[in-house]
Amino acid sequence: MTDGTRFALLLALLGLIVAGLFMASLLVGPAALDWGESLRALVVGDSEREAVTLVMREIRLPRAVLGLMVGASLGLSGAVLQGYLRNPLAEPGLIGISASASLGAVLAIYTGLAAALPLALPLLALGGALVAVAVVFAMAGARGGAMTVILAGIAVSSLAGALVSLVLNLSPNPFAALEIVFWMLGSLADRSMQHLALAAPFMLAGWAMLAFVGRGLDALTLGEDAAAALGVRLGRLRLLAVLGTALAVGAATAVAGAIGFVGLVVPHLLRPFVGAQPSRLLPASALGGAALLLAADIAVRLIAPDRDLKLGVLTAMVGAPFFVWLVLKTRREAV
Amino acid sequence: MPDGFTLAARFLPGRRVFVTLVCLLWLGPLLAIAPAGAAPQRVVSLNLCTDQLAMLIAAPGQLHAVSHLARDPRSSAMVEQAMRYAVTRGGAEAVFRLRPDLVLAGTYTTAVAVQMLQRLGVPVERFAPANTFADVIRNLRRMGELLGRQETAEALVARQQDALAQLQQMRSVGQPLRAVFLDANSYTAGAGTLMHAMLEAAGFENIAASRGLYGTARLPLEVLVLARPDLLLTTGRYDPPSVGEAVLDHPALRHLHRGRSRTVIAGQTFTCGTPFTLAVARQLAAVRIEMQAAAAARRSRAP
Repeated sequence: MTDGTRFALLLALLGLIVAGLFMASLLVGPAALDWGESLRALVVGDSEREAVTLVMREIRLPRAVLGLMVGASLGLSGAVLQGYLRNPLAEPGLIGISASASLGAVLAIYTGLAAALPLALPLLALGGALVAVAVVFAMAGARGGAMTVILAGIAVSSLAGALVSLVLNLSPNPFAALEIVFWMLGSLADRSMQHLALAAPFMLAGWAMLAFVGRGLDALTLGEDAAAALGVRLGRLRLLAVLGTALAVGAATAVAGAIGFVGLVVPHLLRPFVGAQPSRLLPASALGGAALLLAADIAVRLIAPDRDLKLGVLTAMVGAPFFVWLVLKTRREAV
Repeated sequence: MPDGFTLAARFLPGRRVFVTLVCLLWLGPLLAIAPAGAAPQRVVSLNLCTDQLAMLIAAPGQLHAVSHLARDPRSSAMVEQAMRYAVTRGGAEAVFRLRPDLVLAGTYTTAVAVQMLQRLGVPVERFAPANTFADVIRNLRRMGELLGRQETAEALVARQQDALAQLQQMRSVGQPLRAVFLDANSYTAGAGTLMHAMLEAAGFENIAASRGLYGTARLPLEVLVLARPDLLLTTGRYDPPSVGEAVLDHPALRHLHRGRSRTVIAGQTFTCGTPFTLAVARQLAAVRIEMQAAAAARRSRAP
């Protein structure tokens, strides 16, 4: 079996898993609906049972599609960050991109700006994400080692998190302070087609940009000079990576809150199957991220059907021990 | 810089009055303990619900300060009245400096401040939230006794009982309709809540209670949509908005309303067990009768 077919098989398998989890996400919910009936209502509509059609099209479908797209955005961004920074610990959550995007979204919503101008929500989240990516890339550029980037990320994360808390605590809306948890741990509960319509175009634009960085990242594994010698325009690569990550993570966070560790775990799990080629890791990580987030979102509904358990709780329970293991491994290799 | 007393002196008629007042202020807590049975003269309320009960019952000048929430039009039914009193945010130190001879508080809120005030010798009376109309009447009477205003309280109780009897008469008309309350973050009111009592009194079946929910609990949106309520009762939105309130504007609910179900936005009146809750129950009962008449008209038109 050639390398190419193995890769194609891997993508097909991941695609199947995502499709299966997407279906499961549509079929799982606190209202135990008949599977056949609910799928029929989703696709053709059921005039007899209008409420079932409503539940499927307006409540479960946006949740499942958002789960898929947010997960893919996080997985893909994680793979790009790890490839571009050549840092196994890089990840949107850990280096502060998600927290900064949260800050942007929080500013948009709780000042009332997003109510007047809905596009302000993804745009400000995107702006927040952009600032964080720029800071981290700048830190990495100045001969920053793996740990420098992570430490800078922790600083950005803490500051953004503190500012999120500040804005929410000062808000005159009494619910705002309770929503710190949402912005730090993320959730897809009760998201609607409006949220999907706001975030999806930005996530798609981010994916499109990140699709072009694969080849450049492949060359970059040989070092910057070698990559430049191979004809990679480093400035353009950097711009695409920064903008693409900010678009994907910013839009995802604007509607789902900050969800950590998806972008860390998924690329590491899939790297052994694609060899050392970032260009192959990107699509695989996008699919893997989608699968992981869909699975987490199904799990929160099964574990606590009537009490909105946050997604970040589950991803951190898998991701944090994994992170410790990675740190130990990185240290061993550095010695 | 003028301190509190010189500032107060400027607004007071005479120096002698001022001196007496200062003495009273300082001795207030002691006086309150000494002559048992004497009505308190400087009452501070820390809880939105005791605020409103006290404003309804207290004699002029007897109530000194209410909580800041009493002035919030989204939670308080008595915003205008609350403007006449000083406001406190419930910190023990700030409250102690007001020199109250009686502090009114809820059983759950400002617990730490209440403990500290009690240690400082300030008399504190705590009120449990009202979950039934009987609770409302009990709280009204207790407030009357504490403030030495039993007559005012009894008058309010009598009006409350009349309103309940009136609702009872309205109840037997027509088929029961099904209602549900939806608050931010998909919370609803199950059995054992004042909202449930209101819906029942207005002649609705509370879907949340029928599904076995008790107290304030989450009702997932899709369960609510599938339950097809005839009446959806929601709350007013805050400005600026929050993520938790987004569910109140979820498109699935808008579609639901294209059918024959109705939405009523409950105002600030249900937050606390006050006589105002019965006024809302009466409005809801009127809505129910109107809906039943419309349904009957539809049935008679159909062959």
